[in-house]
Amino acid sequence: MEFGLSEEQKLLQETVRSFVSKECPVTKLREIFDGELGTEPALWKGLSEMGIAGLAISEDHGGAGMEVLDLALVSEVLGEGALPTPFLGHSLAGLAIEAGGSDEQKSRWLPRLASGDALGTVAFGELDNRWQPEEWTTQASGSRVTGTKRFVPNGSLSDVVVVGVAGGGLVLIEKEAKGVTCETMDGIDRTRGVCELILDEAPCESLPNGAAASRRVRDAALVLLAADSFGAAWKLIRMTIDYTGTREQFGTPLTQFQSVKHEIANMATDVEQTRALYWYAAHALDHLPDDSAHAAAIAKAHITDRAMEAARSAFELHGGIGFTWECDVQMWFKRCMFNRAFLGTPEVHRERSAQLSGW
Amino acid sequence: MNLEYSEDVLAFRDELREFLEGWPLTGDEAKLALEEQRRLFRERGIERGYVYRDMPKKFGGSEQPSDAVRDRIVKEEYLAANAPGGLIGQGPGMLAPTLMEFGTPEQQERFIPPTLAGDMRWCQGYSEPGAGSDLASLQSRADLVGDEWVINGHKIWTTTAHEADYMFGLFRTEPDASKHAGISYLLLDMKAPGIEVRPLKEMTGAAMFNEVFFTDVRAPADHIVGKRGEGWQVSRATLKHERNLIGDPNAMHRAFRNLIDLARRTKRGGRPAIEDPSVRQRLAEIEGYLLCQEFTGSRMFTAGARGDHAGVVMPMMMMKLYGTDLQQLLTRAACDLVGDGFLLAPTVEEGSHGGPQGTDGAWVSSYMNAIAVSIAGGASNIQRNIIGERALGLPRDLRSA
Repeated sequence: MEFGLSEEQKLLQETVRSFVSKECPVTKLREIFDGELGTEPALWKGLSEMGIAGLAISEDHGGAGMEVLDLALVSEVLGEGALPTPFLGHSLAGLAIEAGGSDEQKSRWLPRLASGDALGTVAFGELDNRWQPEEWTTQASGSRVTGTKRFVPNGSLSDVVVVGVAGGGLVLIEKEAKGVTCETMDGIDRTRGVCELILDEAPCESLPNGAAASRRVRDAALVLLAADSFGAAWKLIRMTIDYTGTREQFGTPLTQFQSVKHEIANMATDVEQTRALYWYAAHALDHLPDDSAHAAAIAKAHITDRAMEAARSAFELHGGIGFTWECDVQMWFKRCMFNRAFLGTPEVHRERSAQLSGW
Repeated sequence: MNLEYSEDVLAFRDELREFLEGWPLTGDEAKLALEEQRRLFRERGIERGYVYRDMPKKFGGSEQPSDAVRDRIVKEEYLAANAPGGLIGQGPGMLAPTLMEFGTPEQQERFIPPTLAGDMRWCQGYSEPGAGSDLASLQSRADLVGDEWVINGHKIWTTTAHEADYMFGLFRTEPDASKHAGISYLLLDMKAPGIEVRPLKEMTGAAMFNEVFFTDVRAPADHIVGKRGEGWQVSRATLKHERNLIGDPNAMHRAFRNLIDLARRTKRGGRPAIEDPSVRQRLAEIEGYLLCQEFTGSRMFTAGARGDHAGVVMPMMMMKLYGTDLQQLLTRAACDLVGDGFLLAPTVEEGSHGGPQGTDGAWVSSYMNAIAVSIAGGASNIQRNIIGERALGLPRDLRSA
């Protein structure tokens, strides 16, 4: 009975954390944020060299063979740094192929994904908030797929895309194939670009266990989004502590006012106690199949909501400056907005969790 | 992360469960008075090493090797079987461990065995009318006259004072010393002349608390724990043992299950309220907080078992505030489901501690008690100060010395 991280897991977080602070300080982040691409290839290359691209891909296929919990721990640190990398979509594509692919598909794609030589992503979203596998309408027949997927993370950079199709299954497409058009969307989170993927009789191959894999990948995505929000929220709390500790009004630092101190204490309490929830939800995906869907739904709903609320407080405690483009708060604020809306809002996942509880 | 118990721990649990099948008692023993039955079963638990695991055998404990996992299993299984284990309450839970740490051998020998046996019951004399959140400003005083303390003053919020045999409390013994350094930790016989206990009736109608008045009450000079002026440190150390009083880790889960049942049987527009989307959203949101509290508890437990207290200081400081807010969130939802039932006063049974659960009146009572929780044991705004100052490094309040 151990509810806690191993030394290796703590080291993993520390290693990624020092990479982030060295390679992507806030000045660098700001350049990328104000740029066009929504990512910086050198950062992803660096992470890939550390094994992050293949963290949860099995060792047989060239990955590190770690678990969803390890992905979530990295996700926390990337959220904390608002790191502009394709980690989310790429990790999910790896999980999808690992869980749903044939042996041949696995050996064709996973080693290249694990090394970072190829970039993967997933295309789940559709018009009208159709994010969940049972809602997908994109049509795959034989080896052709037609439909429009939205909010594909880092789609424009990807080589291979795992596409959700009607019936809840998954198909693989190569982005450069004929019949595939990728249009960049003006996403809210400029650290994780999104695109619309228009598929017109595009060549595809289905993942044999796609229907089961799609639910698992969706649940893993919920946990990774939650963990990212957890990290982003803590970053906002620290920024707020720093700012209110130096900003003076009425002749004293703002933190000297109890109203400010108490609001920060509330933010931290609301956020810190969610850490164990994301750990549990990630662990459940690895080891507790009966509870994993429910835990993932609650974790996504609760943590992305709490983080958004902390972001709102962070903005308020920064005063007027917090509302400016120049102020760094917005970068994490928008990271939280992305995590909250992507794959369905808290309301959607609370209703799902209610159904899963048999209410 | 590994949420499974090891083989030997599972074997331990099986043995424990088998033992707990002995409760309730059967045969001739079932004819004994309930108090006697409980005592009998407690003694058997001590013999088997399940009860008072961290107390020496010579004082009535079972002196088991320190083992957080087995401690936890014992607690869970005893609660599940509703079996009488170690006595909880301020004597066994707070005073006995405090004496183990600070008491003289004579004090340990004299006070711990009857306390563990339930023959000596204790109340805690800390708060005063003028000393709540600012406890160290307490004014009840004890003067050493010859070989006796002479005590005068007034304590309040004294749970169980009316049935206690003894009080452990904080008194000002060094009036010339600074605020914190002038306090000593004394033990008083509640039957001593000059002590008057008056019950305080709460808004729920119950009377859990009392006021205690002292007029020239006398106590032997050696009834001091620690040295003169060290009472503050002794009482702070006692707080470590407060976890012994955190009775049932699953209490909030039970309350949540009761809330779900309430939502199932309450009607909204002729349909069960639990089918109403707004009710479902609210319940699922509460469940988010509930799971955070549960898993944070598990996280603190493992950190404790690993000896890594430093790693969980922050969530530990947040637990009280978090639990309070959760309890209020939960009872507020019940309030809205019960609806017009909140226009009626709870019965005396529904209002009292350990009364019935799940009735409308019981929810009314829980709703009011949940408000009291934001004061008892450290007011929520004091908790926010502690979190802000000690966990997050924000500046201390401006205050006079």
